[in-house]
Amino acid sequence: MRFSHFVLRRWLYSVLVLFGLSILIFIIARMLPGNPARLALGPFALQEQVEHLQHLMGMDKPLPLQYWTYITGIFRGDFGLSFQTRRNVALDIAHYLPATVELVLIAIVWVLVFGVPLGVLAARYKDSWVDNLVRVMAFIGVAVPPFVVGLFLQLTFSYLLGILPTTGRLSLMTPAPPLRTGLLLLDSLIEGDFSALGDALKHIILPSFAIAMTGIGQIARLTRASMSDIANQDYIEASRGFGIPNRVIAFKYMLKPASIAPLTILGLTFASELSNAFLVETVFAWPGLAKYGIRAILRKDFNAVMGVVLIIGLAFVIVNLIVDILAGYVDPRVRIKQEEGE
Amino acid sequence: MSTRASHHQVTMGLNETRWMIIKDRLGRGWYKFRRNPISLVGGVMVLLCVLLAILAPYVTPYPKHAGAFTDFQNAFQAPSKSHWLGTDALGSDVFTRIIFGSRISLMLAAVVLGISVPVGVFLGLISGYMGGKTETVIMRVTDVFLSLPALVMALAICAAFTPSIDKAMLAVASIWWTWHCRLVNGITRSIKTEEFVQASKVLGASPLRIIFKDILPNCASPVIVKITLDAGFVILVGAGLSFLGLGAQPPAEDLGTMISFGAKYLPERWWMTVFPSLAIFFIILGFNLLGDGLRDVLAVEEGV
Amino acid sequence: MEERAILDIRDLHVWFHVYEGVSRVLDGVSLYVRGGEHVGLVGETGCGKTVAMKTAMGILRSPPALFPQGQVLLAGRDVLKAAPIELLRMKGKTISMIFQDPLTALNPVFTVGQQIIDVIRFGHRWIRDDGALTKTKVRGIAMEALTSVQLPDPRRILSLYPLELSGGMRQRVLIAMALVNRPRLLIADEPGSALDVTIQAQILSLLKSLVKEAGIAVLLITHDLGVVRETVERVYIMYAGRVVEEGPTVEIFDDPKHPYTQGLLSSVPRLTGEALAEGIPGTLSDYTEAPSGCRFHPRCPQAMEKCAQQKPPMVKVSTKQHVACYLYHGGGG
Repeated sequence: MRFSHFVLRRWLYSVLVLFGLSILIFIIARMLPGNPARLALGPFALQEQVEHLQHLMGMDKPLPLQYWTYITGIFRGDFGLSFQTRRNVALDIAHYLPATVELVLIAIVWVLVFGVPLGVLAARYKDSWVDNLVRVMAFIGVAVPPFVVGLFLQLTFSYLLGILPTTGRLSLMTPAPPLRTGLLLLDSLIEGDFSALGDALKHIILPSFAIAMTGIGQIARLTRASMSDIANQDYIEASRGFGIPNRVIAFKYMLKPASIAPLTILGLTFASELSNAFLVETVFAWPGLAKYGIRAILRKDFNAVMGVVLIIGLAFVIVNLIVDILAGYVDPRVRIKQEEGE
Repeated sequence: MSTRASHHQVTMGLNETRWMIIKDRLGRGWYKFRRNPISLVGGVMVLLCVLLAILAPYVTPYPKHAGAFTDFQNAFQAPSKSHWLGTDALGSDVFTRIIFGSRISLMLAAVVLGISVPVGVFLGLISGYMGGKTETVIMRVTDVFLSLPALVMALAICAAFTPSIDKAMLAVASIWWTWHCRLVNGITRSIKTEEFVQASKVLGASPLRIIFKDILPNCASPVIVKITLDAGFVILVGAGLSFLGLGAQPPAEDLGTMISFGAKYLPERWWMTVFPSLAIFFIILGFNLLGDGLRDVLAVEEGV
Repeated sequence: MEERAILDIRDLHVWFHVYEGVSRVLDGVSLYVRGGEHVGLVGETGCGKTVAMKTAMGILRSPPALFPQGQVLLAGRDVLKAAPIELLRMKGKTISMIFQDPLTALNPVFTVGQQIIDVIRFGHRWIRDDGALTKTKVRGIAMEALTSVQLPDPRRILSLYPLELSGGMRQRVLIAMALVNRPRLLIADEPGSALDVTIQAQILSLLKSLVKEAGIAVLLITHDLGVVRETVERVYIMYAGRVVEEGPTVEIFDDPKHPYTQGLLSSVPRLTGEALAEGIPGTLSDYTEAPSGCRFHPRCPQAMEKCAQQKPPMVKVSTKQHVACYLYHGGGG
């Protein structure tokens, strides 16, 4: 089958998995011991008020019906009401999502800018002090919990050195640019508001780097392993034999096949970044989806929890899809094998 | 394999040869392990942590400070001779709390892996060997659990319960089996078609026998490496959960909880955050280094 | 030692650090190839011929390889001591190579065109006669090269990936890449041995005609005696990291002197006559604990005491034949 068919099939399957996920979380959320309606209204609410809310939320209906109502609601854009904000969870998500998206995107930039070159460097000077240094750094990057990284960065740059702000996306004094995408960096750029842009940048550096640490470590190690594995391949030897200079071999003939492995774990890197976001947003009081999600979990706001889970699941699916397409583009073997039939 | 082994094979008989091969393998493994300073360091670190955790009541200066204990007079003391790493908001000795806290973290890893690995390996073997509908069902379920990053999934599961350490352990364990299931499934599928498995089949061995004698040993190395690496990661996720308030609860705090409480007092009372952070970093790093070293030694490919 | 030799390997020793100790793979190898000559290097798998060849090409990486002794002269320059830029200059122009397995020798993520164009661009940097190289010119040279190896529709092939070609076509592409910069010496490592026998025959005859046309010297490395007989004028027989016999192909085949060569030739099954192929008892030794003296002595049916003690030097046994064996020292014994 053709490559595009392959991608389509994968996508459909992922949607199926998402459904499975929604069922799983739904069951778990409804399994709550204790009464979410009561939790929302507080211990002083009257019993009949609690029951009224329960009825309103449809909690007295049988479970499968509840699920059905919920799912059909999703397709209409109705994610149910959040206990906390009393409005459609979809609106909440739309409000908080861009902050997290911005954070994760910048983090990916860090990962590519630091991870790949470090890996290449380590492979080039294999077994030398450069290699060992990079390996140690990568180990540290993977081993430190992201909230620890965040705290340490805060400690160093905000408290000790005082050059970067501690929390939030913008300083209190700086007015936000008009809302277009929700991505502050983009919005301020569009508006031409460079002071806001600078301020937003200063705020985003530390948290995004904290998120990126694990990814940098992973990508650096994988790039190094991939590069040194490729370096031993016959075709690289052949290129040397044909007189192609080392620089060309390194940056063209080794980098391209070597980039396949890191590309495939880009999906995993994204996953780790999302996880890390949950921890880092708390440290930096970043008003993003993660913070919203955690509040929802602690307060048993299950509509919100479902909404966040589904969005993250969807984001994951999209990213994996992009990675698949990119992999097919870089490595013709994938494309060709698909086209020849599985 | 060197010609020495084959020469001996002829003259000494099969069982002795097997022993020689194992000795040779271990010898090579130890040689590589020795030469690899990274894995050695990791091994030492892990050993240190485990010993300290086991001997906690005997090695800490104030064992009573672990658990419910308050001494507000002595609260917020900077590191000093009597309290090497200072005291926290309730007056407990930070050093003692760290050792006991790491005990909880290590226990978390042990419990989670103790549950999830056997389950995962078992399901992986079954699904890989039997294929067909069984495999499809098991793998689909795996996919659902893996559709979210581990921490996020654990968080979602924790949402259903009151925050506590055992619920956190349960949540993480209920996700973790999937990794091992996938790993073992992959290995089983690829080995299933190999000749020695076919040979066993032809000889009339029962499926159980085949699974345990032929397939399982081949899974041993990757699973062992993965367990070691997992330990670090499980501790990381556990600490994350605790940090967010969903894992270990006071007074039985683990390192994540300690860091979360200490963070409120930054930057003036830095010791309450910095030292637990270093401790958890040490533990996780140790496991990672060890796992990496083992991977080299047991010759497993990257990506496990 | 020969003047006019394009490749002159003199007493080359190559060692490797391994788990068991030091592996002394090459223990004093000497051979040469003159301009326009076709020379064969024969030996069983593991005898070190690939190591020798890679050293000659300058593509052996220095750790883990060690070169404690010997020289490798390429057009007069010692490859082992040359600066990298000099080495680069020689590759493609002076010396070129065809690898054994065409699938692994081509980079799978680049098209044939991209790869061969780079070979031309970087090879032609050192060739003065062609003036400025434009894109069209380079493409033209590439297509010409592909046509010379009898590949139909070169334009289409340039845009294909290695995986999309058959084994025979890949080997032809490799030959084109090896010859496009008109090297003076071509080293062919078991060409076509990864392919079907019929395709291998086609490839070999193609190779023969191409090198004859251009007057290229060839060092053919193989374990296949049949190929040797058909294609080369002179042969080196290698065993366990040493050259044990050398001479014109016809003389070696008619009257092999070294016991190993004799064993080798009698191992080839014959279609005529009644005798079964004999083979040589024993196996190749481990290079970290190689036998002392003559490395063949444990398997040699005519071994003497002397053979275990000291390495036999090469001696002349006729006008053009040399052997490294004590049987031929001062009338044999």
